[in-house]
Amino acid sequence: MTKKQKKMTGRIVVAGMLFIALQFAPLEGAWKLGASLGIYLIVAYDVLIKSAKGILAGQLLDENFLMAVASLGAFALGVCDGSNDFNEAIAVILFYQTGELFQSCAVSKSRRSITALMDIRPDYAHVERDGQLSTVSPDDVPIGSIIVVQPGEKVPLDGIAEQSDSALDTSALTGESVPRAVHPGEEVMSGCINMRSPLRIRTTREFGESTVTKILQLMQEATSRKSKSEQFITKFARIYTPIVCGAALLLALLPPVVLLVMGHPAEWTTWLYRALIFLVISCPCALVLSIPLSFFAGIGGAGRAGILIKGSHFMETLAQAQVAVFDKTGTLTRGVFEVVAAHHSPYSLQDLLQLAAAAESSSSHPIGTSLRQACQQALPLSDIANTQELQGLGVIATVKNLRVAVGNEKLMEQEGAEALPCHCVGTIVHIAIDHRYAGHILISDSLKETSARALAELKAMGIRKTVMLTGDNQRTAEAVACELALDEVHCELLPAHKVAEVEQLMRSNIGHLFFVGDGVNDAPVLARADVGIAMGGLGSDAAIEAADVVIMDDDPARIPLAMRIARKCMRIVRQNITFALTAKFTCLILGALGLANMWFAIFADAGVLILCVLNSIRAMYGK
Amino acid sequence: MKKNYEIEVDCANCAAKMEQATRGVSGVRGAVINFIMQQLTVEFEEGADIKAVMTAVVKACKKVEPDCEIEC
Repeated sequence: MTKKQKKMTGRIVVAGMLFIALQFAPLEGAWKLGASLGIYLIVAYDVLIKSAKGILAGQLLDENFLMAVASLGAFALGVCDGSNDFNEAIAVILFYQTGELFQSCAVSKSRRSITALMDIRPDYAHVERDGQLSTVSPDDVPIGSIIVVQPGEKVPLDGIAEQSDSALDTSALTGESVPRAVHPGEEVMSGCINMRSPLRIRTTREFGESTVTKILQLMQEATSRKSKSEQFITKFARIYTPIVCGAALLLALLPPVVLLVMGHPAEWTTWLYRALIFLVISCPCALVLSIPLSFFAGIGGAGRAGILIKGSHFMETLAQAQVAVFDKTGTLTRGVFEVVAAHHSPYSLQDLLQLAAAAESSSSHPIGTSLRQACQQALPLSDIANTQELQGLGVIATVKNLRVAVGNEKLMEQEGAEALPCHCVGTIVHIAIDHRYAGHILISDSLKETSARALAELKAMGIRKTVMLTGDNQRTAEAVACELALDEVHCELLPAHKVAEVEQLMRSNIGHLFFVGDGVNDAPVLARADVGIAMGGLGSDAAIEAADVVIMDDDPARIPLAMRIARKCMRIVRQNITFALTAKFTCLILGALGLANMWFAIFADAGVLILCVLNSIRAMYGK
Repeated sequence: MKKNYEIEVDCANCAAKMEQATRGVSGVRGAVINFIMQQLTVEFEEGADIKAVMTAVVKACKKVEPDCEIEC
């Protein structure tokens, strides 16, 4: 509890006890009025002061003013009708303040539990200076410093690991519980927890630029961007209070006047009481608070699962999405090319690989890289000469005095070798040695283990159309689409074509669309789609920048998870809106008919708020 | 030019009112209150005197919600 809350608790307890004592005290007339007023002031003085300030500032219709009017009104009723019964006036304000107290506790408690979720900010760094370790704030560590992270500690800044191996727990950033191994020379992301041995890191970024700071900033910004439901509620709140207050005024004046005109007794006090009930329920706080709180809890819960949702409106759109569009390489497939086989070759796979890898030894193309990786025994560089790269064709080099050409069919044609086609799916690299065809190597990209399950899950969740867009050839694309049971596939696309395809799908009016890509090549598509989801966000600033939703690791199973979290969050938002509005309007109607008393009204105000807040917190535990 | 300020406010509706009031201050281009983080983000007009604008913002907010704190 905060100081304010403790003080309030004290006041409520004291006033409550005095209030009970008053019931048994033999006080009459002015004495009773005085005692009641005293107790009343103990609980109500701040409300009165605030409402007085509000009046001076020209802010008539705030909650304090309403409560002051309602409770003073109840007091006045006690004096006017001669009953000298002030219990209701005191009880109303006592109950109101208790409600407010609960409310403020519930809010600060939930605020804390959500912000704790985002508490991945490191507090200190051990810096090595002149061979000595000193502990400083991560803000004060310049680029290029050596920091030491002990097992169990958070990595405070991004950097490169030096000397020793260790394992990192990245779950705070990625939601992935399998530890990630680090070796010297590898990049280490801030926000991860070191698990095994002390890790020496040479920092490459300042704290303000570090991964953990960026993620925190994004989360904060995310919760500041308002969704449609939030905007609706804000607008609603702005008109709701004046309307209810106006209605209260009418209720206090109109029926008595009508009764008088019709020759009945006016019953001023009854109608005044009913009007006061209106005033109590006129605060729209339950709605104004619980909606953003639900989104906040949802964004926080998603963050813990390694899914960064950059604003509550994306949460809204994602929950409604009907069309799922995927990039292939690196999204559904691993993006790592592996040598599968060699066909039609007089050489063994390893011998052929050795020659091809040697020819590709200086190439930076992914195919070259995968050939080199698959080659178990690389030839020394002294065996390789005259390497020439031919754009769009391949590579020709002299390896062990043989002319080796590695590339596509066109290159084979140029070499005068007759290329044989392949019946398998994948990327085919033809090889000619001394102008004679020496077979081809089949390289293919394998599907991620969870891709098929993720797509099946999306279908089960009611996604109406799944589409894959790829730059790859038709055979490969169709094989992948078939294996994953995708509805539609478009192949041999350049990034600009992907944008056009996405636009066409968006025009087809099936529903909202999300696009999943890797964030580097697909930035324009990510930006164009209703919701752009980038995979493998951790460590890729481009992906974090371009996308609306960032999946920190590269597991496609997090896409249905993100949708489930978004849907659960939206369900909670709808429940809260419905519940709060129903409770308030029921109470308004019952109040007008004289069927609800002050207690009921205060429950409709504070009780509903507390229930809505508690419900919001559920969004945090989305699965 | 955007700046963040820590705030202290108890009720969400009051925060919404403060946000509205801040937007009305001259020199302020936009304002967002993140009630849950208890943070006010103010975007200033080009060349605005931030200190003076913030004094006006505090005044405007105090007017709609006397019980609020803004840390400048």
